[in-house]
Amino acid sequence: MDLGYWLPLFFAGAMGLALLIYVVLDGYDLGIGMLLPFASDQEKDVMVAAIGPFWDANETWIVLGVGILLIAFPQAHGIVLTSLYLPVTIMLMGLILRGVSFDFRVKAGDQHKAMWNRLFAIGSLVASVCQGWMLGAYVTGLTGDTTSTLFAVLIGLALPALYIMLGAAWLLIKTEGELFRKAAHWGRLAVWPMGGFLLLVSIATPLVSETIAAKWFTLPNAIGLMPIPIATGLAYAGLIWIFNSRQILDNGYGWLAFLALIVICVLASIGLAYSLFPDVVLGQLSIWDAASATESLLFTFWGAVIALPMILGYTFYIYRVFRGKATHLSYE
Amino acid sequence: MEFDPFLLARLQFAANISFHILFPTITIGLCWVLFYFRLRYTLSGDKAWEYAYFFWVKIFALSFALGVVSGITMSFQFGTNWPGFMERAGNIAGPLLGYEVLTAFFLEASFLGIMLFGKDRVSNRTHLIATALVAVGTSFSAFWILSLNSWMQTPSGYRIEDGVFFVNSWWEVIFNPSFPYRFAHMFNASLLTAAFLIMGVSAWRALKGVDGPATWKVMRTGALMAAVLAPLQVWIGDMHGLNTLEHQPAKIAAMEGIWETESHAPLTLFGFPDEEARTTHMAIKVPGLASLILTHEWDGELKGLNEFAGAHPPVAPVFWSFRVMVGVGTLMVLVGWWALWRLFRSREENSSAHPWLLRTLSVMTFSGWVAVLAGWYVTEIGRQPWIVDGLLRTAEVVADHSSATVAGTLFGYVLLYAFLLVSYIAALRYLATKPARSLSLSPQQQAMAAERSEGDA
Repeated sequence: MDLGYWLPLFFAGAMGLALLIYVVLDGYDLGIGMLLPFASDQEKDVMVAAIGPFWDANETWIVLGVGILLIAFPQAHGIVLTSLYLPVTIMLMGLILRGVSFDFRVKAGDQHKAMWNRLFAIGSLVASVCQGWMLGAYVTGLTGDTTSTLFAVLIGLALPALYIMLGAAWLLIKTEGELFRKAAHWGRLAVWPMGGFLLLVSIATPLVSETIAAKWFTLPNAIGLMPIPIATGLAYAGLIWIFNSRQILDNGYGWLAFLALIVICVLASIGLAYSLFPDVVLGQLSIWDAASATESLLFTFWGAVIALPMILGYTFYIYRVFRGKATHLSYE
Repeated sequence: MEFDPFLLARLQFAANISFHILFPTITIGLCWVLFYFRLRYTLSGDKAWEYAYFFWVKIFALSFALGVVSGITMSFQFGTNWPGFMERAGNIAGPLLGYEVLTAFFLEASFLGIMLFGKDRVSNRTHLIATALVAVGTSFSAFWILSLNSWMQTPSGYRIEDGVFFVNSWWEVIFNPSFPYRFAHMFNASLLTAAFLIMGVSAWRALKGVDGPATWKVMRTGALMAAVLAPLQVWIGDMHGLNTLEHQPAKIAAMEGIWETESHAPLTLFGFPDEEARTTHMAIKVPGLASLILTHEWDGELKGLNEFAGAHPPVAPVFWSFRVMVGVGTLMVLVGWWALWRLFRSREENSSAHPWLLRTLSVMTFSGWVAVLAGWYVTEIGRQPWIVDGLLRTAEVVADHSSATVAGTLFGYVLLYAFLLVSYIAALRYLATKPARSLSLSPQQQAMAAERSEGDA
C-alpha cells in the first residue's frame, strides 16, 4: 500500500470531518449567541445554560481542523492563513469576546452583566460572519478579486443564517415553555433567509469558479451528483414543515429540526469536498503536493487512530450526561 | 514613520503569547490543587474543602476560558504570521501540536463541563475522576507544547533536506536535551503561580473579613506548596541554567552580561548592558561567582557575547528579564517560608493575628505571572535571532504583510487584551469580596449531598 498516497487522503478526510463537526456544534452555540439579544434576561440565562457544558469542547473542533491543516498540509497552511489574515484576525477577536463573555457575564458582578451579554452576541455575530467570509474566500481559491469578494460576502451572510437555525433548533431540544415557543418562532423567521442564501451560494459557486463548474456540469458526474441537491431540498422542506407543525413540536420531536440541519450540513460538505478535491488550495495545491513527509504523517496517524474514537466516545458521554432540558444551572 | 514589519510581527506574537501564557500557567497548577481539594472532601467529608473547590473552580473556569480563546489565536498565528516556520519545520512541529490537540485539548474541554455543571448529574466518584482528567489534560498540553518549544531551543533527532526538516527519531525530538529541564521548570512554575494566587486571594478575603474556615484551609495549602516548591524551583532553575550553558551559551552570556570570554567570570548583580559600546555600565560585580554558579568551579570558563557576533540575542531585555525572574523567585522562597512558619505555628484564624503576612500575600497574588513572563522572555528572546536554534532564523520565516496591516491588528489585540486583563482581575476581586456564606450550598444541593452521604454510609 502506498502510504504517500493514502495518508494525505486520510488527513484530508479527517480535516473535513473535524470542520463539519465544528460547523454543527459550534454553529448552534454561536447561533444562540446571536439570538441572545431577542430574549428576556431570565431566558438569556437558560440559553447560556443550554450551551454551558458543551461550548468549550465544541470550539476545540476548529483547533483540530486548523491543526490538521497545519500538521498534514503545512505548505497549504501558510498560503491559506496568510491570505485570510484579516478575516482570521477579526474572527479570532470575535471568538475571544464570545468565549470570555460567557464566563464574565456571571462572574463580573450584576452591574456589568448587560455589557457582557451584548459582547457575547457581538462576538458570536462577528465570528460567524468572518467564518463565512473565510469559507467564501477559500472556495474561490484565495484570489481576492471582486467576484470572489462578493462571493465571500454572500457566504458571510449565509453562514450566520445557518448558525441561527442551528441555535434555534438546539433550543427546541434544550428548553421548554415560553422560550421554546420563541425558539420555534425564531426558526420560522430564519429558515427563509437561510434557504435563500443557500440557494444563492449554490448558484454562485459554479459561476465564480470554472474548475468547480467543470466538475458539476460534465456528464456523467452531473447525474451522479443529482442526489445531493435533491436530498438537500427535501431536508430543507422537512425543516420548514417541522418548525411549522404544532403537532411535531408539542410532542417533543423538535430534535428532528436539528437532525434535518445536520443532514443539510453533511450534504453541503459532501458537495464542497467533491468540488475541491483533490486540491487543498483550489487550483494551486493538491493534497499530495502540500502534504508533510510520510513518516511525520504516519506518526500522527497512529495517534489520531487511537485518540479520535476516544474523543468521539467521551463527547458522546458528555452529551448523554447533560441530556434533557437545560435547567437553570447553578454556576453563579 | 515606517515600522519594520518583522519587528511588528514579533511584537504581535509576543503580545499574544504573553497574554496567553498567563492563563495556562494558572490552570495547569490550579487544576491539581482543585483535585486535591476535591479529594480531601471525598476522604474527609469536610464541607470546607467542598466550598474551597466550588469557589476555586469558578476562577479556574474563567482562567480556562481566557486560556482557550487566546490559545486558539496562537494556533492560527503560526500560519498567519510565520508561514515559513511550518513550511520548513512542519514535519516536526505539526505532529507535536497535533498530539497536543488529540490528547489534551478535547480531554480538558470536555470534562470541564462535568467539573463545572455535572455535580448533580454524576456520582461523586465520577466528578472526582472528571477533575483528575482535566488536570491530566492540562499537564499533557504542557508536555507537548514544551516539547516543541524545547526542540526549537535544542533541536535533535532531525535531518535537513533542501532546507526542510525531517524526523530521524521521534524519541530524540520529543525528549530533546532541554525538554526535561524546561518541562520541570514550567510545571513547577505553574504550581507556584497557583500557590501564590490561592494564598493571595485568601489573604485578601481574610483582610476584608469575608473569610471562612475554607479560606484558611486554602491559605495553608498554598503556604505548604510555596515553602516546598519555591526552593525546589531554585534548584531546577540552576540545573536548567547548566543545560542552557551547554547548548545555548550565547543566551547565558546575554543573561549574565558577559562580553568577553573569561574564566573566573564575575557575577553581575546589577548594571546597564550597552550593546553598541559592548560593555555593561555601572556594573556591580561579585568576582568569580558567575563561573561558580554556572560551571560549579571558581575558575570555570564562560564564553562572552563577542564570540557570537551577529548571532546573539539582544542583551538588555534578556539581562533584565533574568534579574526580574530571579528576584521574584527569591522573594517567593522567603515569603513561602514565612507563611508556612506563621500559619502552621499559630492556628489562629483571623486577620488580626497575621496582619503583615496577609498584606504581603495579597500583594504577591500575581507574583507568579511576573516571574513566568520574565522567565519566558529570557528563554524566548534569548533564542533570537533564531527560531530553531542555530539552524533557522526568525527573519526567514516571517509572513509578507504590510506594516500597516500588522500594526493595525497589533493595536486591536493590545487593546482587547488590556481590556480583558482588567476585566479578569476585576472579576477575581469581585468574587473574592463576596461573603463566604454565598459559597454555601443551595438547599437543593444540601439535600442531595445528605442523600449521597447516607448512601455512602
